[in-house]
Amino acid sequence: MQTKKNSLWGQVFGRLKKNRMAILGLCILFGLLITALFANVVAPFPFDEQDLFATLEGPSATHWFGTDEFGRDILSRIIYGSRISLQVGFVAVGFSVMAGGFIGATAGYYGGRTDNILMRFMDVLLSIPQLLLAISVAASLGPGLLNLMLAVGIAAIPQYARLVRASVLSIRDQEFVEAAISVGSSDLRIIFRHILPNCMAPIIVQATLGVAFAILTAAGLSFIGLGLEPPTPEWGAMLSGGREFIRDYPYMTIFPGLAIMITILGLNFLGDGLRDALDPKLRN
Amino acid sequence: MLGYILRRCAMLIPVILGVVFIVFVMMYITPGDPARMVLGEQAPQVDVDNLRVEMGLDDPFLLQFGRYVYNAVVHADIGRSYITKRPVWNEVMTAFPVTLKLSAMAMGIALLVGIPCGIITAVRQYSVFDNIITLFALMGISMPVFWLGLLFILLFTVRLGWLPPSGFDSIPAMIMPSVTLGLQSVAIITRMTRSSMLEVVRHDYIRTARSKGQKESMVIWKHALPNALVPVVTIAGIQFGILLGGAVLTEIIFSIPGLGRLMVSSIEMRDYPMVQGGVLFIALAFCLVNLGVDLLYAWLDPRIKSQYT
Repeated sequence: MQTKKNSLWGQVFGRLKKNRMAILGLCILFGLLITALFANVVAPFPFDEQDLFATLEGPSATHWFGTDEFGRDILSRIIYGSRISLQVGFVAVGFSVMAGGFIGATAGYYGGRTDNILMRFMDVLLSIPQLLLAISVAASLGPGLLNLMLAVGIAAIPQYARLVRASVLSIRDQEFVEAAISVGSSDLRIIFRHILPNCMAPIIVQATLGVAFAILTAAGLSFIGLGLEPPTPEWGAMLSGGREFIRDYPYMTIFPGLAIMITILGLNFLGDGLRDALDPKLRN
Repeated sequence: MLGYILRRCAMLIPVILGVVFIVFVMMYITPGDPARMVLGEQAPQVDVDNLRVEMGLDDPFLLQFGRYVYNAVVHADIGRSYITKRPVWNEVMTAFPVTLKLSAMAMGIALLVGIPCGIITAVRQYSVFDNIITLFALMGISMPVFWLGLLFILLFTVRLGWLPPSGFDSIPAMIMPSVTLGLQSVAIITRMTRSSMLEVVRHDYIRTARSKGQKESMVIWKHALPNALVPVVTIAGIQFGILLGGAVLTEIIFSIPGLGRLMVSSIEMRDYPMVQGGVLFIALAFCLVNLGVDLLYAWLDPRIKSQYT
């Protein structure tokens, strides 16, 4: 995207740059993306290579984070696990932003009965706690990466629908929309060209924090055995596997959890920073 | 106020019906034949077919849904467990109080720690204390509940041997689960209280209070805090609902016989009526908590109530 110095996003980035926490978050996220993309280069071992002569070893020069009960290198599994977590986080949030955005934009733009029906349905979904909704969707869909993404994504749809609807409502009656209507633009064009680009700010903030929540939820689902099945290196599943060895061999628990926490922390730093950078109250 | 309460309660009915519908649809689309589950893999097909008719599984979708709602409302009957054959209602009613107690204790910790931390960080903005607590709050929000629980067990059970690793029947056993579940809410309530306090102390009436010579402690406690707490109440209510749902992971880690653990073990055994009963129950509790928060909110802020009269 081309950003001029005085464009909205140029200003936002300018403010974001001054926020050390946000930059730290951005760096963490960037590092993770690189790790995930080049996992096969970065990881010292394949994620499923077993070495039954070196099971449950502590951290050493060969295995920085130790090995698990099958002698698999924990560091390599965490590195490959970043692929899964980021994939789930971004795809699930992408899905809920699109579905929620579509519902919210339709409800907000058309109003009336459409709005009422769609939003009451969203209210119903909102009245089931998000983690629980994800658990029950995952339980009825069964295990697997795609189902995990769907479960996490579906559970987050209502919040985006609400957010987009509120933004659309605040923009729908402005003059430039009226102008677009009067020159005969189609509804779709008005929504996508004129309205939605103007409600991106809150959606981006929410989506950044949403990725963090999605990764946490996915790890939680895998932890209780509803996400991915072994030997897929998923952080939550690794934690769950480390549980029975916690007494004598805590590394299997400590490192994957640390990976989750750093990822979430990075995304939260970035999300908070973006919110501050986009907050019109602070804007000069 | 009574009119408002009644109206708010009436608004709950369609939402609850909607929840029942979603829960029912999820049970309906879940692969696997319930009759086969009840009778087991070896049962002859004839018996399964007969049971299907008996259970009304061959009836049209809407008829099945209507019967489910009718039984749930009139007989408090939300099905029978495939495994234990006991009514889901009874099983859920045994487990739910444990979950409620766990969530309530976590919420108590969140309020008792979060609000004071929020006030102190707001009053001493940008101090070292503020920075430390703010950082801790961010870490608390980013910490996966299940990892925190495992770390607690590692430290307090395995290393120090102070607290039991599981159960929820004695005070020492309750400490770790409640803190584990509550920490994230502590962080959220701290942040909310802080930003809300900072917002409130900028108002004119606070300046007035200070300029007439009020002691600073009075300004904070008597003038600023009550107004700053209004949004905190909302967040706390939402958090309580989230805790009811989030208790699942905590219950698994500490082997607490609550609704969450019941549901997850039911998922493992494909005991769907139990799973759906559990979801339904927590969703109901969640709705009631939200209703309570709305009422409390209306009581705290009369402007809300006036929208409905």
